[in-house]
Amino acid sequence: MGRIVLEKVTKKFEHVEVIPPLDLTIEEGEFTVFVGPSGCGKSTLLRLIAGLEDVTSGSICIDGRETTSLPPAQRGLAMVFQSYALYPHMTVRKNIAFPLKMAKMDQAEIDRRVTTAADVLNLTDYLDRRPGQLSGGQRQRVAIGRAIVREPSAFLFDEPLSNLDAALRVGMRLEISELHKRLKTTMIYVTHDQVEAMTMADKIVVLQAGFIEQVGSPLELYRAPCNRFVAGFIGSPKMNFIEGDEAAKQGAHAIGVRPEHIKVSATEGAWKGVISVSEHLGSDTFFHVHDTGLAETITVRVDGEVSFDHGDTVYLTPRDDMIHRFDANGLRI
Amino acid sequence: MATQHSRSAARLMMAPAVMLLLGWMLVPLIMTLMFSFKKYLPLRGGDLGWVGFDNYIRFVSSSSFWPSVMTTLIIVGGVLLITLVLGTLLALLLDQPMWGQGVVRILVIAPFFVMPTVSALVWKNMFMDANYGLLSYLWEFFGAEPIQWMSQASLTSIITIVSWQWLPFATLILLTAIQSLDHEQLEASEMDGATTLKRFWHIVLPHLSRAITVVLLIQTIFLLSIFAEIFVTTAGAFGSKTLTYLIFQRVLESQNVGLGSAGGVYAIILANIVAIFLMRIVGQNLDK
Repeated sequence: MGRIVLEKVTKKFEHVEVIPPLDLTIEEGEFTVFVGPSGCGKSTLLRLIAGLEDVTSGSICIDGRETTSLPPAQRGLAMVFQSYALYPHMTVRKNIAFPLKMAKMDQAEIDRRVTTAADVLNLTDYLDRRPGQLSGGQRQRVAIGRAIVREPSAFLFDEPLSNLDAALRVGMRLEISELHKRLKTTMIYVTHDQVEAMTMADKIVVLQAGFIEQVGSPLELYRAPCNRFVAGFIGSPKMNFIEGDEAAKQGAHAIGVRPEHIKVSATEGAWKGVISVSEHLGSDTFFHVHDTGLAETITVRVDGEVSFDHGDTVYLTPRDDMIHRFDANGLRI
Repeated sequence: MATQHSRSAARLMMAPAVMLLLGWMLVPLIMTLMFSFKKYLPLRGGDLGWVGFDNYIRFVSSSSFWPSVMTTLIIVGGVLLITLVLGTLLALLLDQPMWGQGVVRILVIAPFFVMPTVSALVWKNMFMDANYGLLSYLWEFFGAEPIQWMSQASLTSIITIVSWQWLPFATLILLTAIQSLDHEQLEASEMDGATTLKRFWHIVLPHLSRAITVVLLIQTIFLLSIFAEIFVTTAGAFGSKTLTYLIFQRVLESQNVGLGSAGGVYAIILANIVAIFLMRIVGQNLDK
């Protein structure tokens, strides 16, 4: 249940190729996250899998079944939309029951499934309300409820958390992860937020301009990004890239060091610089260091207890084993 | 202070317009009320004094009263049905992306700009004339006997003409409503396995319900008072006499101002009942 294989899938709008030939396999039960900057084609890719857009060429197989030309409803997938897309004139109960009613399911079975879903998602008390009377997080849960009652072979999430406030987002993120652990169904999740990708995914697919830059587990991507784009996109704050002499010493066109892999000292180190801004998050402190003699401002992440201030001179030392080296084309060496 | 000053200044400046509108409304209303309690026959003795509720009783007990109410209901109902059904379909059609959308939309609105008398005459003479009307040619083309539209199918003719005039209004309101429908809702229902027809029934139609009510009520108010279309086509003959037309006949053809005024008051009451509903629903719409 839930193995999705994309072969040489392309998509053109008018004459613009949004998705160049693309191959991808999503294994059964996997939580896959499509991540990339806006306009990278990740939502289009999801809509192609859902069947809401037609592929220009190539094939999509779900559970070994050729589904390229099947309408969305027959692909056995359920989707949660960014705007939740709840039906405003129906109660929560009717919203959740809608796909089952469309499938002409027996009323007793519908009731049973709606009750179970409401139970799982803590919606039991809200079943007779309308979407307009619910909070953002509750609406989100109704949208998920509408997806799970169908018992689909895979769930598709299209940036489901982007309309929620920060605190709620963290909570829903956990809930979706827990749901995945419990249901063990394939999930494809689209986001532009690398934190969501890192925290939730079994497998991350990094996309840029329709191309797959890298596929791998969150830690694989973090530890061994295959090019500068992935290196810069995964991890927060962003990786520092240094070009020129310093990179040439390492035999590379550019080197990258993550902010957390740089040691800060008041007395000695490889690079000397001045702190321009220090951001205190409590648990961590970020220093933006300039005048290092390197072209770029360097971001450093240190423990929250380390105290340097604006204008302090510091010495930075990157951890040798954590330096990523890239060639002139941006590929990892 | 400043707000109070500007408020009273604003009131002062609005006053002439308000007075004018008030007078415009109140003078005819009061005169109608007054005449409705009088026996007033301009060509047969003029003002013959107060008669109490005589006119009201006579108007309702006249043999043409109930048929005229029926005719009114048939015309209003028929036009509402046609404009709402066709309006929804047209709105769905116009919502589809197509070449020349802008021009087509303007063409669709066009009938609304034609004066009722003109459009009724155009229909009567160009389409429905038994000898040289286009519909007669069509009937003859299929070997059928042309219909004497005005006499044999007077109500159908009037309903057709009025529907043609009001279809653009319904279409326009419903089109804007359809355009405000969240696209993701349609996609979600598509994923949920709803067929096109079920999508229309479960998603689009409920979304349109408010727009439909608004169209229904606004049209009802205007349709209750249609007059020109009847005047220039059948002149109230062949069972096409509505309540409005009956009042007109009482006042101008029978020269009985008192009796006609009583009918007018009935019409005012009817229109106000509808207006109360209308304002409530439009008000609710604005609250949302």
